[in-house]
Amino acid sequence: MYNEATVVGSVIAELLQTFPNVVCVDDGSSDDSAAMARKAGAVVVVHPVNLGQGAALQTGFEYAVQDPELDAVITFDADGQHRVQDAAAMLNRVRDGEADVVLGSRFLDGRGDVSALKRLVLRTAAVQSRLSTGYRLTDAHNGLRAMSAEMARKIHLTQNRMAHASELIHQFSALEARVVEQPVHIVYTEYSKSKGQSLLNGVNILADLFFR
Amino acid sequence: MLIVVQIVLVLAVALGALALMRGGQNARHQAVRRIVLLLFALLAALSVFFPGMLTAAANALGIGRGTDLVLYGLIVCFLIFMASSFQRTRLLEARITKLARRIALDEAPRPEDAAGPEDPARPGTGP
Repeated sequence: MYNEATVVGSVIAELLQTFPNVVCVDDGSSDDSAAMARKAGAVVVVHPVNLGQGAALQTGFEYAVQDPELDAVITFDADGQHRVQDAAAMLNRVRDGEADVVLGSRFLDGRGDVSALKRLVLRTAAVQSRLSTGYRLTDAHNGLRAMSAEMARKIHLTQNRMAHASELIHQFSALEARVVEQPVHIVYTEYSKSKGQSLLNGVNILADLFFR
Repeated sequence: MLIVVQIVLVLAVALGALALMRGGQNARHQAVRRIVLLLFALLAALSVFFPGMLTAAANALGIGRGTDLVLYGLIVCFLIFMASSFQRTRLLEARITKLARRIALDEAPRPEDAAGPEDPARPGTGP
């Protein structure tokens, strides 16, 4: 999380009702996000400086895999755009052994309500990752994912910024992970809209994909 | 007057070369850079005394003026510099990321200490 003090507390409180261990990586926030997250009951791992979302994910993985009893890892955005029941359903599919990795998708059942241009960017990213990894994914940049502990141990993200989403999928592909998608609903609150990635970021996503 | 300008230019080239000679990480890269630099300094000094030389070289290459040749050389050097500094920035960023992650993980409570919803202020069990 990066400067999410207004929402992170309620997001963590909701998660803790379903999941016993919540790790929150604070990516060098300048507000009191870390204190709020700690107060809500999460373990907070604090980056001393801002490194980016990909770096925060990797830190979260490395923290989680220290626990020998770890059986699965869920990645969940701190801004409250994901639903806990989606995460729980995805976790069940991993635990059942149906797949090593379950990725959330906004487009799988056609209910994602995003703007046409943003949809185009995300679709292009999905097509590109299909061509380079063989996975038939509909949404390559969804922050909600569930994976087995074994996968979390083998992932080593080096892209600190936005390109980490495609890097993650490439590494799953190299590990020959069984990847499936799960339709998820994104909660577009006023807050998440005000913070959401701008479309200009789509330019970065595409550039990262094609000029790696 | 001309001799003053020539001396100043040669001194500038020599100082620049000296400044670039210092520092660097990889021994082989450093050696190559020093050789290139020596050649460059030699050429720069010569061109001060024989300005016609550059134009002759440019003409031989089919470029109009000597200054154009220098400009093209400059553009190439600038692009190489950009590429190498970009590379260095990436390496540096990777190092900072590792360092920051190590600090973050070391300062966080270990999972076995943090497990369970009990008192989060509970001190760790020591190393």
